[in-house]
Amino acid sequence: MPAVNLGTNLSDHDALYEALVRLHDGLSDEESLRLWARLTLILMNHIGDRDVLLAAMEKARKG
Amino acid sequence: MANVTGIPVYKKIGATPVPVTAHDQARVVIVGAGPVGLALALDLGRRGQPVTVLNRLDFVAHCSKAICFSKRSLDILDRLGAGDAAVEKGVTWNVGKVFWGASESPIYQFDTLPVKDQKRPGFINIQQYYIEEYLLDGCRALPNIDIRWGHTVDAVTALNDGAELTVTAVDGSYKLRADWIVACDGARSTVRDKLGLDFEGRVFEDNFLIADIRMKHEMPAERWFWFDPPFNPGRSALMHKQPDDVWRLDFQLGWNIDREAATRLENVEPFIRAMLGENLEFEREWYSVYSFQCRRMARFVHGHVIFAGDAAHLVSPFGARGCNGGLADADNLGWKLDLVLNGEADESLIETYNLEAVATADENILNSTRSTDFLTPKSKASQALRDAVLELAKEHAFARPFVNSGRLSTAVSYAESPLSTPDEDAWEGGVAPGMPVLDAPLADGWLLDELGNHFVLLACGGDQPVPPSVRLVALEPNGLAAQRLGLMPGASVLVRPDQYVAARWQQPTPTAVETALRRAKGETLCLQ
Ligand SMILES: Cc1cc2nc3c(=O)[nH]c(=O)nc-3n(C[C@H](O)[C@H](O)[C@H](O)COP(=O)(O)OP(=O)(O)OC[C@H]3O[C@@H](n4cnc5c(N)ncnc54)[C@H](O)[C@@H]3O)c2cc1C
Repeated sequence: MPAVNLGTNLSDHDALYEALVRLHDGLSDEESLRLWARLTLILMNHIGDRDVLLAAMEKARKG
Repeated sequence: MANVTGIPVYKKIGATPVPVTAHDQARVVIVGAGPVGLALALDLGRRGQPVTVLNRLDFVAHCSKAICFSKRSLDILDRLGAGDAAVEKGVTWNVGKVFWGASESPIYQFDTLPVKDQKRPGFINIQQYYIEEYLLDGCRALPNIDIRWGHTVDAVTALNDGAELTVTAVDGSYKLRADWIVACDGARSTVRDKLGLDFEGRVFEDNFLIADIRMKHEMPAERWFWFDPPFNPGRSALMHKQPDDVWRLDFQLGWNIDREAATRLENVEPFIRAMLGENLEFEREWYSVYSFQCRRMARFVHGHVIFAGDAAHLVSPFGARGCNGGLADADNLGWKLDLVLNGEADESLIETYNLEAVATADENILNSTRSTDFLTPKSKASQALRDAVLELAKEHAFARPFVNSGRLSTAVSYAESPLSTPDEDAWEGGVAPGMPVLDAPLADGWLLDELGNHFVLLACGGDQPVPPSVRLVALEPNGLAAQRLGLMPGASVLVRPDQYVAARWQQPTPTAVETALRRAKGETLCLQ
């Protein structure tokens, strides 16, 4: 069993996707990169489970 | 075959002579005999209204426009008597697949008809000129519909109780005074322009090449969409089957291109051959390049001048919401205008067309804007996000619903409609007020076919007193129709003439039905 949930766990995908794109409006590439980083850190803290986070990191790295 | 306008002809009709009087009159004038104007003319005509339609061209054009007609549009065409012809000719499909790169297995797929056992499929593909022809056949069978071909509106004066049009035809010009004008004159609406009305929105910086070709080709009847395919690297492509062995190929081209050069044979055919093989045998049907905008008028009703279809709103083609959205306008307006013309409803009912059609346009614009933003990322960050979604979708279920190659047109619900009576009883499932009735098999036919053109009370178990203008349709308890509507024995649903639910009750009283009916006809409107 993977510790990280890779099944569908959200609704209203299009609205969330749009919000995520809008977040970057008017930012330089560097500012965008920082935004991704901040967002990741906030979400990591919210998830609060070391195993889940490490499994997610591994998945993300693999693509 | 083309003519002086340079537009190819599907069906020649010929110019209608100008009327003998230089000051003509009409009850309702529809400007534009595109799919939307024709659908509205047919609806009003079948309700017995005298209708005058003016159309600039004196033929039905044969060019590449809409091909994907939604289930909801088929339901509307069914009500107008044109559904069977469309479905018989069209290519039925339900499933869309999205591919990424060179891979032959889709990263995402969707079904446009999640609830089965309905009369009509999620979609058919059919050339727009066939739909126009079927609607036209219906119109021509009615003596009260007067279509004037080759008659161009070139001036409009709005009056308190109507409008006056200046109309030009080959053999002269005349004035036409009408009580109501419905402008269905397309994206470059003359009526909108002459009244100086707004048309706000966004232009998208991208071009798409459409190649409609004739060839023999085996492929399931599905919508196939590619991100970054080898035959159009870094961009997208779409393939659709049409009747008559015609295929629509659609290639994203990007923004800074020579649009005129893009449709030349020597530039189009390499795309086709790269996609389908060097030795492919095919014939050119129509090549064109389009870019698009998402915009709408602030209001669709201006006194006695009403706007519908592309004249009122424009969307990107991804999602097939243009013509389908326009047919929804015609469907919403037809019964309302009929009641007002007959003096059975107050003029303020037309204002609810404005509310409901604007809500529909907004939903269509929202969806089509989001699809476009996914197809054409506008920043490095959105490009990275888009590519990450595609990458993850290959393997992980969670990423697939983010893949957006167009969210295909479905019926829009009118959550806030003042015509709906909010639920007072508790309901489990079913179809809430403001949503269209879900089709189901009924006896030897289909529920939607039972609804007709007027108000209906669907009663589970039957035997319900109804007001004189409402027809009772009894549903068998526990039958699929009753189940889909969430109806227990004794419960019932009041349905509008456009198949939308107006009200529902677990145990209706005659007074409750009467009150809801009056509300649905706009009698108790409180509009700001
Ligand atoms: C490439 C492409 C693909 C598309 N694919 C789809 C699809 O798959 N599904 C979908 O739902 N939609 C699609 N659309 C959109 C669809 O074609 C339009 O939404 C639809 O044609 C709108 O219909 P209409 O009746 O409002 O306007 P139109 O079809 O533009 O008709 C307007 C009519 O008004 C007449 N007219 C104009 N000015 C005057 C005047 N001054 N006086 C008298 N008559 C006048 C014109 O001659 C014309 O007949 C597509 C569009 C394009 C360009």
